[in-house]
Amino acid sequence: MIPATFDYHAPGSLADAITLLDKLGDEAKVLSGGMSLLPMLKIRLAQVAHLVDIGRIPGLDYIKEEGGTLKIGAATKESALERSDLIRSKYPILLDTALVIADPIVRNRATAGGNLAHGDPANDHPATMLALGASIVARGPKGERTIPVDQFFKGLFTTALAANEILTEIRIPTPPARSGGAYVKLERKVGDFATAGAAAQVTLAANGTIEKAGIGLTNAGPTPIKAVEAEKFLAGKKPDDATLQEAGRLAAKATNPSADRRGSVEYKREMARVHTVRALKAAIRRAGGQ
Amino acid sequence: MATHTITVTVNGAPRTAEVESRLLLVHFIRETLGMTGTHIGCDTSHCGACTVLLDGEPVKSCTMLAVQADGRQVMTVEGLEKDAKLDPIQEGFMQEHGLQCGFCTPGMMLTSYALLRRNKQPTEDEIRHAISGNLCRCTGYVNIVKAVQYAAAKQQ
Repeated sequence: MIPATFDYHAPGSLADAITLLDKLGDEAKVLSGGMSLLPMLKIRLAQVAHLVDIGRIPGLDYIKEEGGTLKIGAATKESALERSDLIRSKYPILLDTALVIADPIVRNRATAGGNLAHGDPANDHPATMLALGASIVARGPKGERTIPVDQFFKGLFTTALAANEILTEIRIPTPPARSGGAYVKLERKVGDFATAGAAAQVTLAANGTIEKAGIGLTNAGPTPIKAVEAEKFLAGKKPDDATLQEAGRLAAKATNPSADRRGSVEYKREMARVHTVRALKAAIRRAGGQ
Repeated sequence: MATHTITVTVNGAPRTAEVESRLLLVHFIRETLGMTGTHIGCDTSHCGACTVLLDGEPVKSCTMLAVQADGRQVMTVEGLEKDAKLDPIQEGFMQEHGLQCGFCTPGMMLTSYALLRRNKQPTEDEIRHAISGNLCRCTGYVNIVKAVQYAAAKQQ
């Protein structure tokens, strides 16, 4: 399969890329790892007049902690997240996520920024970032702005990014003590999109109750879903089984999946419930609770 | 029609060509360069038959543009043999019957070659994880794993 013809641009700096995007407007699409965009162009689900490849711009590939924030450069490969000692030791929820994105070869090209900017509810990072309360840094002709991730996903394949903006960085607040997070995904085979997936990030109080919980769901509706009701319900509660089951029920209530080869609406809702409970249990274990 | 002049170093030799923007790396390798060891399987980045090494890391060449490889190093299955001597990974696939129909073999060998560069003594789990993006429709995974273990032992 061969994409329809387009012009290819490979700017050497972020400033040049933004100037180009500003000029080309809706005619252009940003190419990062290309693991979502190129298949869409090949099967002609999408067609563009211009591709602006940001893969040759230096300085967009890093994983670092700074002032209580984990900063991930947009062009950081999933395989780099998978191999990072910092991620492995302090952010196991991100390791969980990277390990189930597509397959190891695709992860050598796929980028963390692209996974979010594509705006696909079936991608895995959105749920994790919703659970972690991340922010998205976008740069455009007027400079930089920061978008809370719960305001980032606007619709299927649509994000808050303007046509002349580039996602440059993901910022995640370093979780306080007694925190843990986990991402669990049900997939038919390696490389498949999720039948259901749930991310949970939990902070426990000194007395063992849940101080704060974040829950994000994958492929559970037209956009990635933040299970707000379930999060609110958990605050201040003891993390016993009945409480977690109720949180799972509330999370499933927030979903709006569509039926496809991966299952019926009812099945996907049920799997969202089950996986929310599993993610919460794993997160609480990692936070040092029961 | 947008075209670009690109130079890609393939198995150590720089290859320059004028290519269309939309030309996929796998077509550049197979059709522009005439090197047909790299296979096209699913053409949707699932099966891994088209796997080549880009700057040493396995990538699926059906889901990459040739222009994206401009100025970079590509290694294909034709690059495994050196001075008329098979690479240990090729020897392993031969000795352990790591192939049946052979269609997935170039991708399997390149992924395994890259794994052994990073991890000299992978466990069976690590091998299976590494090749989880390469599908064998003959389902000959048991012998493929043995082939990789053979190469690992040989390289000790």
